[in-house]
Amino acid sequence: MTVSSLNLALASPEIFLLVMTLIVMIVDLFSSPEKREGRLFFLSIFTLVLVALSLYAPLDVPRYAFNGMFVVDGMAVILKAAIVIAVAMVIIYSRAYLVARKLFSGEFILLILFATLGMMVMVSANHFVSLYLGLELFALATYAMVALNRDSAIATEAAMKYFILGALASGLLLYGLSMIYGATGSLEVAKVAKIIELSRANDPLITFGLVFVVAGLAFKLGVVPFHMWVPDVYQGAPTAMTLFIGSAPKIAAFGFIMRILADSMGGAVADWQGMLVIMAALSVALGNIIAIAQTNLKRMLAYSTISHMGFLLLGILAGTKNGYSAAMFYSIAYVLMTLTAFGMIMLLSRAGFEAENLEDFKGLNQRSPWYAFLMLIVMFSMAGIPPFLGFWAKLAVLEGALNAGYLWLVVFAVLMSVIGAFYYLRVVKLMYFDAPTDSTPIVAAAGFRGLLAVNAFGLLVLGLFPGVLMTACLNAIQRSF
Amino acid sequence: MQSSSITLSLTIWVPIIAGVLVLFLHGDQQKSAARWVALLGSLLGLAVAIPLWTGFDNATAAMQFVERTPWVSRFSIHYALGVDGISMLFVLLNSFITVIVVIAGWEVIQQKVSQYLAAFLIMSGLMNGVFAATDAILFYLFFEAMLIPMFLIIGIWGGPNRVYAAVKFFLYTLLGSLLMLAALIYLYNVTNGSFDIQDFHRVPLGMTAQTLLFFAFFASFSVKVPMWPVHTWLPDAHVEAPTGGSVVLAAITLKIGAYGFLRFNLPIAPDASHALTGFMITLSLIAVVYIGLVTLAQTDMKKLVAYSSISHMGFVTLGFFIFNAQGMEGGLAQMISHGFISAAMFLCIGVLYDRVHSREISAYGGVVNTMPKFAFFAVFFGMANSGLPATSGFVGEFMVILGAMKVNFWFAFAAATTLILGAAYTLWMVKRVIFGAVANDHVRALTDISSREMLFLGVLAAAVLIMGLYPQPFTEVMHSSVDALLKHVATGKLN
Repeated sequence: MTVSSLNLALASPEIFLLVMTLIVMIVDLFSSPEKREGRLFFLSIFTLVLVALSLYAPLDVPRYAFNGMFVVDGMAVILKAAIVIAVAMVIIYSRAYLVARKLFSGEFILLILFATLGMMVMVSANHFVSLYLGLELFALATYAMVALNRDSAIATEAAMKYFILGALASGLLLYGLSMIYGATGSLEVAKVAKIIELSRANDPLITFGLVFVVAGLAFKLGVVPFHMWVPDVYQGAPTAMTLFIGSAPKIAAFGFIMRILADSMGGAVADWQGMLVIMAALSVALGNIIAIAQTNLKRMLAYSTISHMGFLLLGILAGTKNGYSAAMFYSIAYVLMTLTAFGMIMLLSRAGFEAENLEDFKGLNQRSPWYAFLMLIVMFSMAGIPPFLGFWAKLAVLEGALNAGYLWLVVFAVLMSVIGAFYYLRVVKLMYFDAPTDSTPIVAAAGFRGLLAVNAFGLLVLGLFPGVLMTACLNAIQRSF
Repeated sequence: MQSSSITLSLTIWVPIIAGVLVLFLHGDQQKSAARWVALLGSLLGLAVAIPLWTGFDNATAAMQFVERTPWVSRFSIHYALGVDGISMLFVLLNSFITVIVVIAGWEVIQQKVSQYLAAFLIMSGLMNGVFAATDAILFYLFFEAMLIPMFLIIGIWGGPNRVYAAVKFFLYTLLGSLLMLAALIYLYNVTNGSFDIQDFHRVPLGMTAQTLLFFAFFASFSVKVPMWPVHTWLPDAHVEAPTGGSVVLAAITLKIGAYGFLRFNLPIAPDASHALTGFMITLSLIAVVYIGLVTLAQTDMKKLVAYSSISHMGFVTLGFFIFNAQGMEGGLAQMISHGFISAAMFLCIGVLYDRVHSREISAYGGVVNTMPKFAFFAVFFGMANSGLPATSGFVGEFMVILGAMKVNFWFAFAAATTLILGAAYTLWMVKRVIFGAVANDHVRALTDISSREMLFLGVLAAAVLIMGLYPQPFTEVMHSSVDALLKHVATGKLN
């Protein structure tokens, strides 16, 4: 084996990110406290922008590196770009919030960059081992991030829960993968796919392993009945961490699921489809119904996430390229919406005050019609009301599922989203119909305000012109599978 | 992808852009600027809609003023617009009512003026889009987006129970429309990837599929119309909405439901429509007779007019489902006429409410003594609402009754009771509010209508009279489209 056969150049974005992360660590060590914050911030944004630019690659055919352990195809490039952009947005949104709470430190930047690296490996991995490596790199960094606020008992509890359940999920996943290995004799995605397709689709060992794999994936995605950690972690973690957990990792999780279920076990689609149907139906129902009872906005958004992930599964379970591309579109659209929603929460929060209760949004239209309007866009987009982006995401996955013959599931999901509309409407109601209880002026840095506006109006503009992103997703999926 | 005309695009986007501009004039000193910009925007919106009337070709049933540009290629969705004899009049009606609404809110609305006016302008553009869209997803987009401004209008400027009404309104309509979305996606699959409504009309469908589709669309449009028994959101929404909101709701949004029946239910599921005629006629007649009786019992003026709207819309759906030209054209004429009359009725109530701040009938009496000019208009519109000949209210009702007579005497008989019930509840209300001795000090202190109020009531009165005396131009534009639709429905889709 020579170095050239490793095709290192294909992994250059990841390698660059790793090098820069190490540089950040050194810069952190040798910076004086007053200069540290600015340096870390700009260095990390600079790194992520360069990584995003270096991702540019022709998408026509999948290309492999590290002897097939690593793949760069259309799906990987688009997902990685979305991940990197989302993480950069998280850092911009979080800066003021974390500085006010004295949490903006080298550790935070370091962990978030390592997690980003892990996610990039997750969507580009083509081998069970590299998949798992990426997953763990991401997960370990995230556990630590949730616990970053050491003095908060709630955050520590959330971190413990997240860690224990996450480790359990990883265990389940590994156990399942080991069964698949036993049945097929390979850990390579392509080889496993070929063997399953040819002969062993009905092998009980594979089906058995698949159950564990799906359970592990469902844990990571946070769908019913493996959703218990989501509300607690969302609520308990500092909002900046919740913003992170709720955004880019959903895209990575989608890519991860695609690599395992669609890529390597496409031949056993009938086996995992049934499980996904149940989980999707339960998630859509439970997420939407329980969200109604929440008074904490972060917790409400956690349940809304569960239902959104149910919708995402609707696209995957179709088992068709249309469905996959719809789910891919959904994951990106969802992340854009979540970023804006949590951005709004952080906007209203200030030192010593967390604007995480629904009440805190009361009368926002009187305090600031502009921000209220931005939040209105997010809420209607999440509810799937046109002309916002969320509508197209829903349309695409519903079409995928209906095309695969799941008419009842589509009707069910549609009915549940009416229930969902209720709690999004409640936020709008609080902002527009109620009188404010808090009259503190809303202040934010120019970068924050600009990003928030771009983010929210992005939902409107992409809602009016969804074609480009949709076609990009479809092309990526068609050329990758 | 020929794009020969931009008239329809203008009718949609001029009000929306004007609305967005108004939104920027939100300072306290800019109130009058916001009003003038809004008035200008709505007048411009009406002006750009005029060519639809002057340039319309009565002889063809095909779509006119067609625009078609690819929009979302992934699902072959087009930005496709066009109007035929069924939809053209509603674009005009809507643009016209928007001007009235802007004038009606001139002095009344003092809080968040720019947001109020912007919501109505944007809503007007969206509703024009609903009538003009010939692509199903584009239609759906306008149909749903319309809910957002209406939700805010009811919730921000409405009465004491406005939040309940706004949420009820939103969820009711959303439930219906999401089922329609599922139906549209189903049709997309059946037509091998087209969202063109014309393709939906042509695709052959079995009876089961047609029935399911019929009910999916029914869920959406019957709520909008609203038909008995899914009408309960309407009285709440009407009562709580500000005057302008009630006007737009009654005059335009209800018509969207009925329009949907003609654009989706009948042509996409013709055989199911025939099979379910009895069902639809029963619901329509219940609306006409039962809701007519309910109307009699109302003590709140707005609620009374709201229930009377449901009853009148029952006429419309009755006219559509007796499947003859008279019934259908009668239904359409009734929709236009009701657009004028219900708008006027709500504006009259608004005039009183702005002065006394009560909608209860019992709070008034003898208004004619202090407001003679107003009393003239109120009595006139009351007469029109009860279907007096020579007013527009008579035209549609008479045509529907004639059409129903051809099908079944008892349908016509039941429908005709509305002439009695309508007169009873409307005139009784007029009697109690307008005539008699001056009831209390509030009434004694009333001042007669201003020239602004005179203006919008006068314009509406003229419209009601013109349509009542010379309805032919209105029905003429419908002929070809209605005939084509009836022929299509009679042919059916089963092989």
